[in-house]
Amino acid sequence: MLQPSKTVTTTCPYCGVGCKLELHIDANDFIYKVTSPFDAVVNHGNLCVKGRYGHDFIYHKDRITTPLMRKVPQKPGARTQAFDPAEWQPVSWDEALDYTTDRMAEIYQRDGSPAMAFYGCAKATNEDNYLLEKLLHTQFRSNNIDHCTRLCHAGSVVALQMAVGSSAMSNTAAEVIENDVFIVTGSNTAENHPIIAIQMKAAVRKHGATLIVVDPRRVEMVDYATLWLAEKPGSDVAIFSAMAHVILKENLVNHEFVDARTDNFAAFEASMEKFTPEFAEQISGVDRNLIIQAARMYATAPKAAIYWTLGLSESTHGTDNVLSIINLALLTGQIGRRATGLNPLRGQNNVQGASDAGVMPWHYPGYQRVDDEKSARKFEAAWNIEAGGLNRKLGLTTTEILSNVRPGGVRALYIMGENPMMSEPNLNHTRTEIEALEFIAAQDLFINESTAYADVFLPATSWAEKDGTFTNTDRRVQRVRQAIAPRGDARPDWQIICDLAKRIERRLGREQSSYWDYTHPSEILSEMGRVVPEYAGVTYTRIEHEGLQTPVWDETHPGTADLFTETFPSGKGKFHALDYRPNAESPDADYPLVLNTGRVLEQWHGASMTRHSHLNDLYPEALVEIHPSDAARLGIADRQAVRVTSRRGSIVLRAKVTEKTTQGVVFIPFHFFESAANELTLDKLDPQAKIPEYKAAAVRVSPATDAELFHPEISQPRGRY
Amino acid sequence: MADPVNLTVDGISVSVEPGTTILKAALQAGIDTIPTLCYHDYCTPNGLCRVCVVEVEGSRTLIPSCCTKATEGMKVTTRTPRIERARRTLLEMLASTVDLSDAPDAQQMITEYSAAPQRFPEAAQRRYPVLDDNPMYIRDYNKCILCWRCVQVCAEDAQFTYAINFSGRGFETRIDTFYSLPILSTTCVVCGQCVGVCPTGALKARREWQLEQGQSMDEIIAASTDDRTLRKRSANRQQP
Repeated sequence: MLQPSKTVTTTCPYCGVGCKLELHIDANDFIYKVTSPFDAVVNHGNLCVKGRYGHDFIYHKDRITTPLMRKVPQKPGARTQAFDPAEWQPVSWDEALDYTTDRMAEIYQRDGSPAMAFYGCAKATNEDNYLLEKLLHTQFRSNNIDHCTRLCHAGSVVALQMAVGSSAMSNTAAEVIENDVFIVTGSNTAENHPIIAIQMKAAVRKHGATLIVVDPRRVEMVDYATLWLAEKPGSDVAIFSAMAHVILKENLVNHEFVDARTDNFAAFEASMEKFTPEFAEQISGVDRNLIIQAARMYATAPKAAIYWTLGLSESTHGTDNVLSIINLALLTGQIGRRATGLNPLRGQNNVQGASDAGVMPWHYPGYQRVDDEKSARKFEAAWNIEAGGLNRKLGLTTTEILSNVRPGGVRALYIMGENPMMSEPNLNHTRTEIEALEFIAAQDLFINESTAYADVFLPATSWAEKDGTFTNTDRRVQRVRQAIAPRGDARPDWQIICDLAKRIERRLGREQSSYWDYTHPSEILSEMGRVVPEYAGVTYTRIEHEGLQTPVWDETHPGTADLFTETFPSGKGKFHALDYRPNAESPDADYPLVLNTGRVLEQWHGASMTRHSHLNDLYPEALVEIHPSDAARLGIADRQAVRVTSRRGSIVLRAKVTEKTTQGVVFIPFHFFESAANELTLDKLDPQAKIPEYKAAAVRVSPATDAELFHPEISQPRGRY
Repeated sequence: MADPVNLTVDGISVSVEPGTTILKAALQAGIDTIPTLCYHDYCTPNGLCRVCVVEVEGSRTLIPSCCTKATEGMKVTTRTPRIERARRTLLEMLASTVDLSDAPDAQQMITEYSAAPQRFPEAAQRRYPVLDDNPMYIRDYNKCILCWRCVQVCAEDAQFTYAINFSGRGFETRIDTFYSLPILSTTCVVCGQCVGVCPTGALKARREWQLEQGQSMDEIIAASTDDRTLRKRSANRQQP
């Protein structure tokens, strides 16, 4: 029987649930087994396939552990991808950092702040992300920094800020077992938040809760649902507003709550008049009676909550979609109490934290706006910047950064851990933009589709090789612990950033230092706590054993499980009048099907981690889900190679004929570079949240041959699909 | 709240909430010496292994404490010669048919109760090939004591996936997938909750098992595509 040479308790690096892990490590620093303590507050000893088995990427032979520079200098417009190690020159850290400093300083001194852009990373720690935005703000005086939150929950964040003034889950995920009724919409919870999903299943099967699923896919949670509203993609506003219409007409309104705690009711009520169940049925394809039943169930339940993910927010009307469910919660008072609430399940392990840490173009840490004079002054003082030194102009969002590459626009891009060449919509367009950049620095673990474009590669450590904190989906700040020594010459992100910042500060001749001499990440979190009131009471000592849920206002504050119990941060909750808008692209004769995109259990996002893990064996190739009736009409058999084409691109992959998708809709996971779903998606943005429409592109599907597949020999049929 | 239930455990009086098991009541009385094998704090108790048996005054048989609820006036004794003999015999039978080399708790119990598995020299061994049919975990049912924890966490105790259950009868009883399908052909989501609760190493992370087989970390990580493809092919071939 194998005895570990040590075990280390830490937090899972995959999804936003934030499960506690115990890593079992042998004498060679090999993490050979992962368990979880059964008294863990978030996951009670349960894990999913990624959390339990998906950490072998750390040791993969393709991991980069030495700083690299491109052998052939790259020119804007003629930039190429270098996947072959022979195209890179191993260099010392000094050389790599000096080169990065020189190139970025040169571009900044020539073209100024607008030329500089940074991508932060929702997989990295709070400390890493805080320092990255501090570097950009203080040294390049730019606000062009964003991360993948823009591509996932931007619609939710913006809508929640508009309506209640806060943008996180209002309640704790584990409270789902206390719900009487809960709505899951736009979320494939069983695959993307597996541990919250098993709590939802228990809520239904063991605790008597009633589940309503509103989703165009027959996701696994439908098996547990009392009602499934199988809507057409993009009809969310119609459905949820029709529910509001029913609640208003049948007077199921919580008048006490509406009177005491909300604003703008009259305008909202007037706008709901047209959303009759008949109108919603026409738009969504959902039987009006189901909508009426759902409305009554939600409104009359003692405790009801809504859980949602990207099906709502990744839309050109993503903000409206989320406002439509916020309206419902305000109308019925299903918020501000335990086991109720508005609960966006956050995707990445630390997307909540990276957002809190200010890796966003309109905010400093703690959602303090860059165009607010008072906030700017506050951060100038905190960071030793001369008065008026920080940039007051809103920065560019993720997608805007990679559509503003040109002389006079963005020239230099620093990428920490993101893989925009997989995650951006309309990749063919993204590619031409990246190729036009003058300089790219990449801080990552692997040469992936994006870092292959870089001039310089700075090898970072994985989560198991550094200390820090992640903030999970229910705002719980938890410890991440260094379990093994850094592989090769890899260095923790926070150290790379500090080292680089000091060099840039010297190179630019800044008179005062903004301070980069941290000896441990705990000092960085303390600094963040001094500028972000919600983190003021979070210290490493306090979260040694259990995390704390923000806001934690001071060092004696116990943390906050449920938000808005007394009031909303914006004072009153604001109703929003809504109108229905169709998707940017509707199916037509040439492109008759709607493409929906998303993820699968065994892979993760751009898949830099999971495709360097044995996880890849479990789901090795992209499959397009197609409904049996569509497949029959097109003459497509299960597992047959097909070509999927949109106005922007075309990919070949195998078909999965299944009723998991609805008629007229096909679904492709976006993890696979060989048949990248985002070659097909469109880069139309929500006007408020700037989030692209990943969930509805018009496509056509036609039979193809096995020879057109990237690797026809790879196939892994699974019982569960 | 309903009235508490009063009972004595080894002469110690204790009041517990209705629904409390004898095992938990004993713990509340400060008695933590009742041994358990199949029982797990976070699984539904089933009283399968029977080593947790106790004597209850007025009861003809020994009573499994893990799944029997305490009742008013119950008089429980947790260690008597009769109980010891029952536990010892159970351990002897178990150890004579199952490989307990990865089950330190059971081994310790065997020592404590002076169990002598050699009492059953003719006992048939439960022998199965190690099932290595997926990249994440192996199933070595030579080590399985049929505690049922894995089946329960795969079902309502955690995952609601129902990929495994008992199959066979009597001595042939074992944990299996339906129709003995390879694991990836079932509803299994490879969450490993089953591996997390296995008390005897019958279910094991494949990486750990590979190290025990003498493979090095480098060999494990470099596991060639050929090897993976082979494994997949064999899994596919077994499909009905």
